[in-house]
Parts: sequence; structure tokens; C-alpha cells
Amino acid sequence: MTARDLAIFARRNPTIVAGAAILAFMTVIAIFAPFIAGDPRHMNPVNRLLPPSAAFWFGTDGLGRDIFARCVYGARISLIVGISVASASVAIGLAIGLAAGYFRRLDNAIMRLMDGFMAIPAILLAIAMVSLNRATVAIVIVAIIIPEVPRVVRLVRSVVLSTREQPFIEAAISGGGRSLKIVLRHILPSTIPPLIVQATYVTASAILIEAGLSFLGAGVPPETPTWGNMIASSRLLLARAPWTIFFPGLCLALVVLAVNLLGDGLRDRLDPRLSRRM
Amino acid sequence: MFAYIVRRILMTVPVMTLVAIIVFMLLHLSPGDPAAIMAGDNATIDQIAAIRAKLGFDQPLWKQFALWCFALIQGDLGNSLFWGDPVIVLIGQRAEPTISLALTTISFAVVVAVSLGVVAAANPGTWIDRSVMGFAVMGFSLPVFVVGYILIFVFAIDLRWLPVQGYTRISEGIGPWLHNLVLPSLALGMAYVALIARIARAAMLEVLSEDYIRTGKAKGVAARPLLLRHALKNAAVPIVTVIGIGVALLIGGVVITETVFNIPGVGRLVVDAISRRDYPIVQGVIMIFAGIYVLVNLLVDLSYTLFDPRIRY
Repeated sequence: MTARDLAIFARRNPTIVAGAAILAFMTVIAIFAPFIAGDPRHMNPVNRLLPPSAAFWFGTDGLGRDIFARCVYGARISLIVGISVASASVAIGLAIGLAAGYFRRLDNAIMRLMDGFMAIPAILLAIAMVSLNRATVAIVIVAIIIPEVPRVVRLVRSVVLSTREQPFIEAAISGGGRSLKIVLRHILPSTIPPLIVQATYVTASAILIEAGLSFLGAGVPPETPTWGNMIASSRLLLARAPWTIFFPGLCLALVVLAVNLLGDGLRDRLDPRLSRRM
Repeated sequence: MFAYIVRRILMTVPVMTLVAIIVFMLLHLSPGDPAAIMAGDNATIDQIAAIRAKLGFDQPLWKQFALWCFALIQGDLGNSLFWGDPVIVLIGQRAEPTISLALTTISFAVVVAVSLGVVAAANPGTWIDRSVMGFAVMGFSLPVFVVGYILIFVFAIDLRWLPVQGYTRISEGIGPWLHNLVLPSLALGMAYVALIARIARAAMLEVLSEDYIRTGKAKGVAARPLLLRHALKNAAVPIVTVIGIGVALLIGGVVITETVFNIPGVGRLVVDAISRRDYPIVQGVIMIFAGIYVLVNLLVDLSYTLFDPRIRY
């Protein structure tokens, strides 16, 4: 692919390129955090609540910590949670959804169970799980995966249900193919494009739920800087030092926006039928 | 029709049973002794034993679940460990602010979102359409608490138009009540407006491409009645569906919004209960919220016949 091809692609798919660029930038920052920013936990009472300056780009918080450094390290948690939740819930949801869609006997039981999970607000289910366990990043990830899986299952099941009525599946069945082979060879591929799009929306939702958990004090341990707990710990300083809330809020909004732009762009490309309507 | 309604209501029973099982198992499947977790880090062995006996944790699991479900059916959600009062009473005391917040948010969000969706669909591809869609993506990406603090900073701290936080009971007058609810409803409604506007636009575009709309236009139906009476009514089913599904989003947002704006509602109750490990309250609030979600979606399903007479059960 030449530079010219890339330019054409960018002009035709501005949202994909914009979203991917922001995410790539944030990922690089998260990976190389120690080289970019200072110690996010270093407290210095002399430097309390300094506004943004050359020394402290994003200012300092109520304990004199560097907000820029905390924002840079906070990107790690958001991205790790977003990506792990998306990949795990897509994998689990795909397996359950294929089973529910193809094996009619399992369908009813699985879908009722999913209805049960969908009826519980995601953030409450996650809060309850985290509060009952020692709050670690792994527990937070599992607590967000559980409410996200049913959404993936519903999507996969609906694609499977419409695909299995196609003549080529009938042909495969009458050709004597085994169920497992039919599912994996002939049905699975048609679930991939909508799943890629769904994965981006799950990522966005997971980042927002993690931030909400951290904000409510039910997320990862408070010594780990996250955008959500930065906002929570500064909320009484809003009038005096708005930058303590503004910058982590901006990071959070920017990353979620990038993921959503990427998702919308991918949907337009992968499913042109939908793109005209949405 | 009547048979369908009965059948549809009966369908909520297995869903709520599953919710009850999930909520119950959540406590008992987590590693460690739930009584010790609830008692906190500084509890003595006697205190833990007292909690275990009080909540019946020394009984076999099936018996605990049966007793819990039996109480649940009678509307008994157990007693708070911290307050000692019945959970249902505590929820009742804090219901007014939460219901007020939810109702003001839903009413303004539905009106704004449907209008935005209709206007965007009526002018596809124009700057109006683009800005509505742009707003929808933004509204979906901004966390409730970030929107909340931006609104507080601009309208309460800087401009001083509205109160920073708090809640005034409706019995003290509609004016002060509404005054306190403007910012929380805007913050909470943002994502909900984005979600509904997007679906409303999509549904309207679909309907506007139908032949009967062209026929209407050709026979000279004015633009406004064509859009609102002929098109919107036929686009209602997906819009109402997403209003129902979005209630889940709204309930999650309520918990955070009440914390941001310091509203003494059910959301605050559950957040405080979590830090105190007051698990009966957490279980009770989850059951109530899940019940509301199931009920709203039941009403949505039943409302389809109002919008589309072709749907007969």
C-alpha cells in the first residue's frame, strides 16, 4: 500500500482514520508511560493545586501530584480494561451465540439466561462483584465481561438464525456435513463483520463502566491512577481547581470518542446496508 | 390479545427468577466467607458468627435460597446490616428523588431525541443531519460524571444560574424541585438522547423511503403532517423499543448522577451500602432496578399494538 492509497483511504473513511490515529497515539503513550511522564504517585505538598504550567502541563492535584503523569498512567488501565473485556466477551459470546443459534434445543434456555443478565444494570452487577472480592484489575475486568457477554450472544445468535436459513447451509446439511463443521466452516464467517463492529462498542462501554466503577470507589485499588478515580478524588476542588477534573475527563472522552468513531467507520465499511440507515 | 398479554406477563416470571438466582449466587459464589466480608476487616470472630447466624448463612444453600425467595415474593428484601431497618422501607424513603430524576430525564430526553431524529431524517445529508449525528456520537462518548461536572462548572459555579447540587422535595413546590433537577437530568439524559436520536433518525429514513410517503407527497399532503402523522407513527415501533432498552443505561447512570449531584436517592443508598458492605441493600436495589427494567420492557412490548394495528397477538 503506497502513501497515495493511504491518502485515498483516509479521505473515504475519515472516521476510521481519526479514531485509529487517536487510539494508536494513546496506546503508544500508555506503553511508554515511564519515558514520557514522571512518577504519578509522587506527592509534594508545596506544589498543591498548581494551574497548568510549563513544569506541570496539566497542573497538580490536591496532594501536589502531577496530573499529566497521572493521566498518562491512567491510559494504561482504561486501555487494558477496554481491550481485555472486548476480546474476552467476544470470544465467550461467540461460542455461546453459535450454540444457541444452531442447536435449537439449547436456544431457549440460553436466551432466557441472557435475558436475566441483561435485566441487571451492568454497573450495578459490576459494583456488586467488585465489592465482594478484593478489588484488582482482573476482578474489575471479569465484573465487566459478565454484563457485556449477553449483548454479544444476542448479536451472534441473530446472525446465525438468518444464516442457517440460507440454501447453502441446507446444501451442506444434505451433503452430510457434521454439525460442528457446518457451524465453524459455513456459519462462523458471516458473524465476523458484525462482531468486529460490536467489539468496538463493547470496548467503549467497558472503558465507561471501568471509569464509573473507579469514580464510585468500587474499581481498581485507589493507589493506581485511573481517570475515574482522579475525577472522584478531586470532586470537591471543582470550583477552585477545575483542571484537576477537566484533564482526566478530556482523556476519557477522547478515548471513548475514538473507539466509537472507529466502530461507526467500520460499520459503514463492513455493512453498507446498515450504514445508509444509521 | 388478552391471552397474549397474560402470556407476556408470565414470561417475566422466569426472567425475574433468574435475576433472583444471579443476585443470590453472586454473594455465595464469591471466594471467602460472605459474613466475614460484610463484617469488615476489624471484626471479631464473634461478630462474624453473629452476622452468619442473623443472615442464616449456617443453613444449607438451597434452604437459604428458598427462604430468601419466599420472603422476596412477599415483598420482604431483608434488613439492612447498618441501619437495621427493612431494605424495602429504606428504598421507599429514597424513592422520590430517584423517580423524579428518572421521569424528568425520560420526558425531556424523549422529546428532544425524537425531534432531533425527525429533523435530521427530514434533511438527510445536510449540515443539520451531520450535526445531529455528530452530537449523537459525542453524547455516547461522554461519561455521565464528566458531563455532570462540566454542567456544574458552567451553569452553577460560573454563571450561578442553577444550584450546584442537592435535591428539593416536590412538596416544597414545583419550581424549586425542578430547579434542582435541571442539571442532573441534562447530564443523565445525554447518552439517552444520543441513543434515541440515532434510532429515531434511522427509523424515519427507512419509513420516508416507502412508496406511500411518495404517494402522500404527490397528492399534496403538507410537509409537516406528512412527517409527523404519516411517517413518525410508522417509525414508532423501533423508537419505543430503544426507549425501553435504554432504561438499562438510565438506571446505571442514575447511580452515578446521584453521586455527582449529591441527590439522596436509591442510587446513593446503594453506593453507600457498598462501602459499608451492607449486602442486603445491594441485593434489594438490584432486584428492584431489574424489576423496573423488566416491567418497562413489558409495557413497551404491549404498546406496539397502539402504534401499529397490523401487530395483533
